Amino acid sequence: MKSTFRIGGVHPHDNKQYSVHQPITECGLPAKAIIPLAQHIGAPAQAVVEKGQKVKVGELIAKAGGFVSANIHSPFSGTITKIDTTIDAWGMKMPAIFMDVEGDEWLESIDRSTTLVKELCNLEPKAIIEKVQEAGIVGLGGACFPTHVKLMPPPGKVAEVLIVNGVECEPYLTCDHQLMLEKGEEIIIGIQLLMRALNIHKAIIGIEANKPDAIEKMSTLASRVLGIEVKPLKLKYPQGGEKQLIDACIRRQVPSGALPIEVGAVVDNVATIYAVYEAVQKNKPLISRVMTVTGKSVAKPGNYDVRFGTPLTDVVAMAGGVPENTGKVICGGPMMGRAMNSIDMPANKRVSGLLFLPEAESMRQELTNCVRCGKCVNACPMGLEPWLLSKQAWHSMWEEMEDHNIMDCIECGCCQFTCPSHLPLLDYVRMGKAKVGGIIRARQAANK
Amino acid sequence: MKPFIVSPAPHFHSGDSVRKNMLLVIIALMPAYVVSVMAFGWGALITTAISIAACVLFEWLITKYLLKQKSTICDLSAVLTGLLLAFNLPSNLPWWIVVIGALVAIGVAKMTFGGLGQNLFNPALVGRVFLLISFPAQMTSWPVPQGFATSYVDAATGATPLDAMKLAVQGNGAMLDKIPQAWDILIGWMGGSLGEVSALLLLAGGVFLVITRVITWHIPVSIMATVALFAAVTGWAGVLPEGMCTCDYTMLSLCTGGMMLGAWFMATDYVTSPMSNMGKIIFGIGIGVIVMVIRTWGAYPEGMSFAILIMNACVPLLNMIRPKRFGEKKKSSI
Repeated sequence: MKSTFRIGGVHPHDNKQYSVHQPITECGLPAKAIIPLAQHIGAPAQAVVEKGQKVKVGELIAKAGGFVSANIHSPFSGTITKIDTTIDAWGMKMPAIFMDVEGDEWLESIDRSTTLVKELCNLEPKAIIEKVQEAGIVGLGGACFPTHVKLMPPPGKVAEVLIVNGVECEPYLTCDHQLMLEKGEEIIIGIQLLMRALNIHKAIIGIEANKPDAIEKMSTLASRVLGIEVKPLKLKYPQGGEKQLIDACIRRQVPSGALPIEVGAVVDNVATIYAVYEAVQKNKPLISRVMTVTGKSVAKPGNYDVRFGTPLTDVVAMAGGVPENTGKVICGGPMMGRAMNSIDMPANKRVSGLLFLPEAESMRQELTNCVRCGKCVNACPMGLEPWLLSKQAWHSMWEEMEDHNIMDCIECGCCQFTCPSHLPLLDYVRMGKAKVGGIIRARQAANK
Repeated sequence: MKPFIVSPAPHFHSGDSVRKNMLLVIIALMPAYVVSVMAFGWGALITTAISIAACVLFEWLITKYLLKQKSTICDLSAVLTGLLLAFNLPSNLPWWIVVIGALVAIGVAKMTFGGLGQNLFNPALVGRVFLLISFPAQMTSWPVPQGFATSYVDAATGATPLDAMKLAVQGNGAMLDKIPQAWDILIGWMGGSLGEVSALLLLAGGVFLVITRVITWHIPVSIMATVALFAAVTGWAGVLPEGMCTCDYTMLSLCTGGMMLGAWFMATDYVTSPMSNMGKIIFGIGIGVIVMVIRTWGAYPEGMSFAILIMNACVPLLNMIRPKRFGEKKKSSI
């Protein structure tokens, strides 16, 4: 009996057939690159290079702007041309380093070979965390939360189990699946490193049932290591959500407003763990990630290893260019990803996929009256009432919304996905969440 | 190249629509309808046709000339209301009474509140109850099933099983013989309104709706469980006349009258039922209790319509029950 999370959820068609099992291909080097300095949650990184300076691949070019922030290393070798602002894939203006790419010269300290480094280096937990922090690793599942912060539980909280997110519940995306198939051994070593860093003896890898080959491969590898277990999960969206995955794997529900460490869990994505392996065992900072370029009409859908700063147009060119009938380009998956108005921007740690939707699937349907069917209530994985929240947002009833736990919403989109009246439920909930969040912060500031 | 379309997530939809749900309910009613036509002949066909046509026509007229809005007849909700109204009527009802019922259902119960999604009470049931109170004679003369031999205007009529049961429970031992066998009731060969026949096929239609995720099990199951429990307890308490066992009484309570139709198709109407699962269960229990109270002690032999309408009025209250939020439970061990 495969387990899953206990409240709500929906079953969108996974549409992974386009890019599944496409081997990870390296994307070529561009002539010019723009490296945004805010590729993570938290303060933007501060540039530590100057105009005209020559850098090598892997050299630190921007230092973390605080504890909750991440270092950025040069993904290319070349000359810094300017430090200015750019529009990133999220449509936000932000500081960035511009550079001309010259050759591909790496720092000598980085082990570029593909040989597996099995022997766990004799590092103390603290040293492992320092290396993770130094390498600028952030959660590559989508949120881009700096990983080293998660590895240091606040005083009084104890980590008991590491939960590895191999779910990839977003339809279309296949990068994590392919990574598990190609880099399974490395991921297992990465898990052991994190277990040592957290001083725990148990790790669970959650993988959804639509990836039977990944389940088989990871199970075989995990069976050779004490304490690591693979948990096949029933197919249901949003299982890759942190709280849902914890519930599915260890039957504990993170209380409202709390972090996973409250129930003794630390969750990391397989791609993040692969980055940890590379950072600790190979001394290689986070300078690239695997992203899926896919869609019904994409000529060569696949999984591409892209260095940050590469123009997305280059990546799309590798996949056969923008399809003729494209109506929408989505950064990430179709449930939570963002629609972009242009692909003329650099890749960064956040871009886990590029999805091209044909024009026919890009427009929302005409909306009708709410028929009070209650399907949104049954779909909500947080046990909220989206119909009520969206009505309250419409009427600016912020206090009532707070009372109805709006801040618990994870914006997974299940409510809007399932609504037979095609109501923009999440649009209203998101608006209300922003408003209520602002009110709560103002109140906390006033109480200080 | 054309500019890309930009909108907030999600960019994916299940493909569900109001029209699709209505269509599935209509499909689920079809097997039972076929049996009704076999049982009541032309009367069944004519009553249904008039009811559906009148409901759709009134909705179209009201949206076009009174509300001056875009027509909503394409969402099939008026068709479904017409079909359900017909299911609640005797098959020999004069056509003009059917039209009045449709006018009350669509005009008063639905469009007055603002159309689909806004009404407090189930439109088809409001139409039926209006007719029941206004035309008690015509609305309680139930044709006996004779197939197409039944003529529409003057069909042979007889007591329904519920009439007989009520009289029997109230002490008229002679009526015991008039109560049909459980098997006949399941198959549906008995007097009654169009949709009361064939409990088995209505049940099958309801299960189809649960499987296709149009409805959830909470309302029908809680209604039927309450009714069965109530019947068993009254039977055990000695209310029943001699010669009638508790088991038969429970079976009859579940399969006769509008029980199946009401539990699976009328009470589960989206607009007039609660949203949360807990609300749905309370809603169902309420209907079950009220219907059995009416059947046992009330003046009417059948109480399903009244029970559902009374509980419809409680829905805004029941919607205040919050579903179980994520993270409310204590943590378990690994």
